Amino acid sequence: MNIEIALTVNGETVRETVEPRTSLADLLRDRLRLTGTHLGCEMGSCGACLVMLDGAPVHACLVLAVQADGQKVETIEGLNESGHVSDLQAQFHDRNALQCGFCTNGMVMSAQALLSDNPRPSRAEIRDALSGNYCRCTGYEAIVDAIAATADRRAGIGETVE
Amino acid sequence: MKSPKFDYVRAGSVADAMTAYAEADGDAVFVSGGHSVVPSLALRLQAPALMIDLSAIEALSGIDLRDGWLRIGAMTRHAQAMTDPLIATHAPLFAAAAPFVAHPAIRNRGTLGGSLAHADPASEFPAAALAMRAELEIASAQGIRRVPADDFFVDIYETAIEPGEVLQAIHVPCAVAGQMVAFDEIARRRGDYAMVGAAVQAVSAGEGLQDVSIAMFSVGNRPVRAASAQVALTGRALDAPAIAAAQAALADDLDPPDDPQFPASMRLHLARVLLGRVLAKLETAA
Ligand SMILES: Cc1cc2nc3c(=O)[nH]c(=O)nc-3n(C[C@H](O)[C@H](O)[C@H](O)COP(=O)(O)OP(=O)(O)OC[C@H]3O[C@@H](n4cnc5c(N)ncnc54)[C@H](O)[C@@H]3O)c2cc1C
Ligand code: FES
Ligand code: FES
Repeated sequence: MNIEIALTVNGETVRETVEPRTSLADLLRDRLRLTGTHLGCEMGSCGACLVMLDGAPVHACLVLAVQADGQKVETIEGLNESGHVSDLQAQFHDRNALQCGFCTNGMVMSAQALLSDNPRPSRAEIRDALSGNYCRCTGYEAIVDAIAATADRRAGIGETVE
Repeated sequence: MKSPKFDYVRAGSVADAMTAYAEADGDAVFVSGGHSVVPSLALRLQAPALMIDLSAIEALSGIDLRDGWLRIGAMTRHAQAMTDPLIATHAPLFAAAAPFVAHPAIRNRGTLGGSLAHADPASEFPAAALAMRAELEIASAQGIRRVPADDFFVDIYETAIEPGEVLQAIHVPCAVAGQMVAFDEIARRRGDYAMVGAAVQAVSAGEGLQDVSIAMFSVGNRPVRAASAQVALTGRALDAPAIAAAQAALADDLDPPDDPQFPASMRLHLARVLLGRVLAKLETAA
């Protein structure tokens, strides 16, 4: 069985014909070549595949493309182009909060969602928000630092990183 | 891994969903949030011919008060349980349990109905439903029935929902004056399934605790009502001797299995420690 779907990806309408078993992540990566959405475990554990679905982060490995029919998807490419996370990206860069970068897409998605719900999170709240995001490189500390620093900057505290 | 092939239909109504299931001769799976179904397909633990998506069915969504009960549609997402004001007031154990369920992104998709229907014995919401004495509204070809949580959870991944039936809503009796709740679990990492967990509800009245309801989870093949511990607390002031009596009584309520991770005796010990903590939280909430 193949099903025709239409969804909005990074502001553009996309029409595709997919097998029902196609995950949203496979649609984004293989068909649309949006490879910033990473695939690790394909079972909801690692968080590398997060995308925004109707404004909230979800695992693209656990959402089927057919389930996203009619909905709005934003990937890291879209967030990047929008400039909405440029301050977060700069902090990640500045603090070495990424090494191989495999987890970074998911970290940025989780961080962005956290900061929009809770602009002044404690370090414990930041860690809690990242509980579903694995990083095998950094030891997390620099990631928490980068998110805390972004929260400070957005609240007008401290210097802006260029 | 990738899922095996299957067909897909988005059901417009509960009747459509049940018809599709019957027409597939039961070789079908319902999906709500999909966060248990989709991983199990990717791991090839099941290979149904048809997936029936329930998420667009209007009758399964919405949260409203009716005749002293809060009706929570089965499609209510975990994340909504953390923010909905009616749930906070009238089904507070769902709100208290939600932060312990998985991780933020999973809570954006996973549903209360899916969690209860899935009935993982280490899951938080089933225990919360049991402690709140919720009733589960199930649709079948014969009509709609309501099953009390005490009769709903049958075994590991097994409930009173028969194949092809749809869980439509969760009904929770509205909170009464003096009602206290507390929820906690012991897990190795934040967001993991619990090693042991407890959901407690009680009413503090002049003559001591009344309507004590204790559900323990991750202690056997389904969430377990701690009936002896409830009796040990009923009519008493919530003080240290009463809490100790409830902890001692747990031995009569629980018969946890030995498992590869740790022995039964350790699980019972953890359950007692946790019950003490949760009851102490009730105390401070009073
Ligand atoms: C990485 C990860 C970590 C998790 N951690 C936890 C955790 O700590 N605690 C926890 O409790 N859960 C956890 N979960 C499970 C998650 O909460 C699931 O989403 C939830 O258990 C099932 O809800 P769902 O809506 O996704 O159900 P689905 O996956 O859609 O369905 C689950 C089952 O219920 C059936 N079903 C669904 N809806 C209905 C209905 N209305 N009527 C009849 N049958 C129905 C389906 O056929 C299926 O068998 C985790 C999941 C993942 C991927
Ligand atoms: S690939 Fe989706 S969580 Fe790991
Ligand atoms: S930077 Fe390598 S996994 Fe996080």
